[in-house]
Amino acid sequence: MSSSILNPASAIIATTALIAFSGLAGLLIRPATFGQKFAAAIGIPASAVGFCSAVLMLVRQQHAGYVIDWSLPFGVCEIGLDPLSSFFLLPVFLVTFCGTLYGLGYWPATHHRTTAPGMTFFYGLLPAAMAMVVMARNGALLLIAWEIMALSAFFLLIMEHSDHEVRKAGTVYLLTTHTGTAALIVLFSLLHATTGSFLFPVQGSLVVTGQTATLIFLLALFGFGAKAGIMPMHFWLPSAHANAPSHASAMMSGVMLKMGIYGILRFLTFCPHKPLWWGGLLIVAGILSALLGICFAAVQTDIKRLLAYSSIENIGIITTGMGMTMIGEATATPSLILLGLSGALLHVLNHSLFKPLLFFGAGGIIHNTGTRIVSRMGGLAREMRTSALFFFVGAVAICGLPPLNGFAGEFLLYIGFFREAHAPIPVMVLGVPALALVGGMATIAFVKLYGTVYLGTPRSREAAHPHELSLGMLIPMGLLAFLCIVGGLVPTLFLALVQPVIAMLVPSALSGAKLPASINLFPLFGAGLMAAAGIVWLLIKKNLNVRKVAADSTWGCGYRAPTPRMQYTGAAFSEFWAGLTRGLSRCLTQKPTPEGIAPKAGPFIYTPEETILERIINPLLEVAGIGCAFVRRLQHGQLHIYMLYIFITLTLLITWVR
Amino acid sequence: MTDILIHLLLVFLMPPLLLGIIGKTKAWFAGRVGAPFLQPYYDIARLLRKGSVFSITTTWVFRAGPVVTLVSTLFASLLIPFGRHGAPISFEGDLILFAYLFALGRFFTTTAALDTGSSFEGMGAAREVTFSCLAEPALFFAFITLARLSGTMSLTPMMNHLSSSVWLMAGAALLLMMGGLFVVLLAENCRIPFDDPTTHLELTMIHEVMVLDHSGPLFGLILYGAAIKLFVLGALFVNVVAPFSTGSPLADWGLFILCMTLLAVVIGIVESVMARLRLVRIPQLLVAATIMTAFSLVLVLR
Repeated sequence: MSSSILNPASAIIATTALIAFSGLAGLLIRPATFGQKFAAAIGIPASAVGFCSAVLMLVRQQHAGYVIDWSLPFGVCEIGLDPLSSFFLLPVFLVTFCGTLYGLGYWPATHHRTTAPGMTFFYGLLPAAMAMVVMARNGALLLIAWEIMALSAFFLLIMEHSDHEVRKAGTVYLLTTHTGTAALIVLFSLLHATTGSFLFPVQGSLVVTGQTATLIFLLALFGFGAKAGIMPMHFWLPSAHANAPSHASAMMSGVMLKMGIYGILRFLTFCPHKPLWWGGLLIVAGILSALLGICFAAVQTDIKRLLAYSSIENIGIITTGMGMTMIGEATATPSLILLGLSGALLHVLNHSLFKPLLFFGAGGIIHNTGTRIVSRMGGLAREMRTSALFFFVGAVAICGLPPLNGFAGEFLLYIGFFREAHAPIPVMVLGVPALALVGGMATIAFVKLYGTVYLGTPRSREAAHPHELSLGMLIPMGLLAFLCIVGGLVPTLFLALVQPVIAMLVPSALSGAKLPASINLFPLFGAGLMAAAGIVWLLIKKNLNVRKVAADSTWGCGYRAPTPRMQYTGAAFSEFWAGLTRGLSRCLTQKPTPEGIAPKAGPFIYTPEETILERIINPLLEVAGIGCAFVRRLQHGQLHIYMLYIFITLTLLITWVR
Repeated sequence: MTDILIHLLLVFLMPPLLLGIIGKTKAWFAGRVGAPFLQPYYDIARLLRKGSVFSITTTWVFRAGPVVTLVSTLFASLLIPFGRHGAPISFEGDLILFAYLFALGRFFTTTAALDTGSSFEGMGAAREVTFSCLAEPALFFAFITLARLSGTMSLTPMMNHLSSSVWLMAGAALLLMMGGLFVVLLAENCRIPFDDPTTHLELTMIHEVMVLDHSGPLFGLILYGAAIKLFVLGALFVNVVAPFSTGSPLADWGLFILCMTLLAVVIGIVESVMARLRLVRIPQLLVAATIMTAFSLVLVLR
């Protein structure tokens, strides 16, 4: 612990506190516009400082710890910073920076007089709680921060609660997050029973065996995995991310999901010995999430649901990397550890760049068209040139295509799987075709998304007159798009941020194996690709300058009066794929039966279903609801009786404990 | 150095010839004289000198599509060895980049198609992304088998490892893989039985319908890029099927050119004797190809 006030660790803590309370003034002071600007004036510089400090801590591989002795029953409050914490602080501060700036234009207090103060407050509290989650070194403190995080996200999510759909999404989210938290409470209680304290065990010092080990691993996987959205605990995610305001979705999808990943990684540092099946379970869950997540994404018709399902896919890829690492540890294969962990962490970083970028883009689209249904959009790129370009960069990056950053992370995982081709029974190598399939489906999803939203002609009146986003909304998008390109061209730059975490988690991996040297060729190859494309582009442009170039309507194969309604819609684009995967991704279609010689126009409704929620969870809850009908009588809306419940419960608990 | 020069020359000059040979073979089967072997060169040269019509709905994506597709295919050609000669660029994991460069080209081609707002082009794009999504695992299974056989993760040593003795040892596996790769080759290049490049019904096309609106120089780039793609994936197939070495570097180049010519004839024969499959059958065949290449992996597990 350093004594100087001006070290990066204390800067991080100070900025976290600043961000947490940046929205407080807005709650108390009117007018709302002042509060929002005031919060941004604090939050934006604070998150920039926080980000730089976290980078500094990471590069220096610095550790820091602070102890606050308070009188709460669960012991001293310890917060600390190590490379793992610092690494997960990067997306927190980066997305706070971008999101706060974006929020000024997207959710201006002048238009949202009543909701803006709350929005601003929780938009500060959420990242601060997440920073606290990664800094907590005490199970109880982590749970408190976790709960603040979950509830802030809930309040952000139900900001437009007059909408029935939003309230429903909020309920599902709240139920799931609390089920997950319940598992975490049990987890930390078990840890407390083993180590005798709520403080985190020192790295590699938690010796548990047999059923206890199995139980705590499964609890950690369930509790943290539910937050991360690993299948099958993902069902809350699509509706939550779709119904939240877009910059809140960016924060939830870009950062909050990673808190689940952080939790799993942090938990794994405790255990010196990890059975092989732990890694196996993670890798299977990861590949399943990736495959099914993107398969569902491809058939969505709601722009934000599509992005949310793609988050499940990306979390799946990250989980796959973690599983690879654990299998590497169990079988003592340094190359698997190194490649799996580098791939997973690099993808954490990458996903927190392109997913917020895409959600910001989606926010701009919804702003312009007033709908989330892609099939009602079209042709937006001609008016929204710059944001369309940024969105395009994000779409290429998220498909994992070279030369952008998504490719770099997946490349490492591919190599990891490929190196297993020489194992006696190469089961691991099956990850390669799985990743290839994921990549192919991602292309379906994002070509469809970009193509139907930005290209072609407007399909509805709402989409006909878009306007370019304000500069305050474009700058964060541009920054993220720029970072996507940088991460693709110079992945070593991002890997330098990943390296200290690996050195901390599994020091043996760095000495035992090396990253493929080809990663150093990326700048050359990527720049060459871009330069060559640029040269051909210029040559063609020069060529066209001397030729006769005409503009006409699109060739309609002889038909001269095409209408926008004749275009392929998003649902039509993915229908071919949906037809092949009918068993997995159920889509309800309703169409009128044509009657008579000249059938009348009728509505065509196409709704992709959230299979697990609607086929498994909801029926189960319904049965539970019938079984627990008597409990409902306890719930009558009378506050004083509720307080009595709390009092009785507390008294009983205290008597029981004594 | 000379080898790299010859490699580049072949990539730049030979691809359209394959299309000419395929056309001539088909003409021969149909009892026609057919267009000259060099017709594709004339076509491309002519297109590059023509004017263009751009749809008023299009954006920069429409123009970038052909450019990026061509450039990414050219870069992929730098990674693949031709016959016994190594590729100009070779590194661990280049096969992943190889596959993903085609995916990059596909992303741009399909978005450029959607840029026109035509339902025909939308159809083509939807089919293209769906079919290639199924073809990708087949290609990767083949790569895994090759990686296991050769013990490397780079295309050049992987391909150069193959020889007649490897064929004797793992013939069954390689035969299955050959079948799978041939399906991938035909599907990725939109040849019969997957797609008919000469059909006149837009509703049934895949590749041709995606580029309906491109004209002039940009269409020239598309034709050229498609020829190079056929050449590059054909070279991958030839490397697996005919891993023979004559001992002399120059004769090896000759052998490679001969094999590529033969491959074009074979494709021409397939196109002459088969009809296009119904669209719903195509995914089944692609899945079958994936399973065939997966079988080849199982067979080399010993």
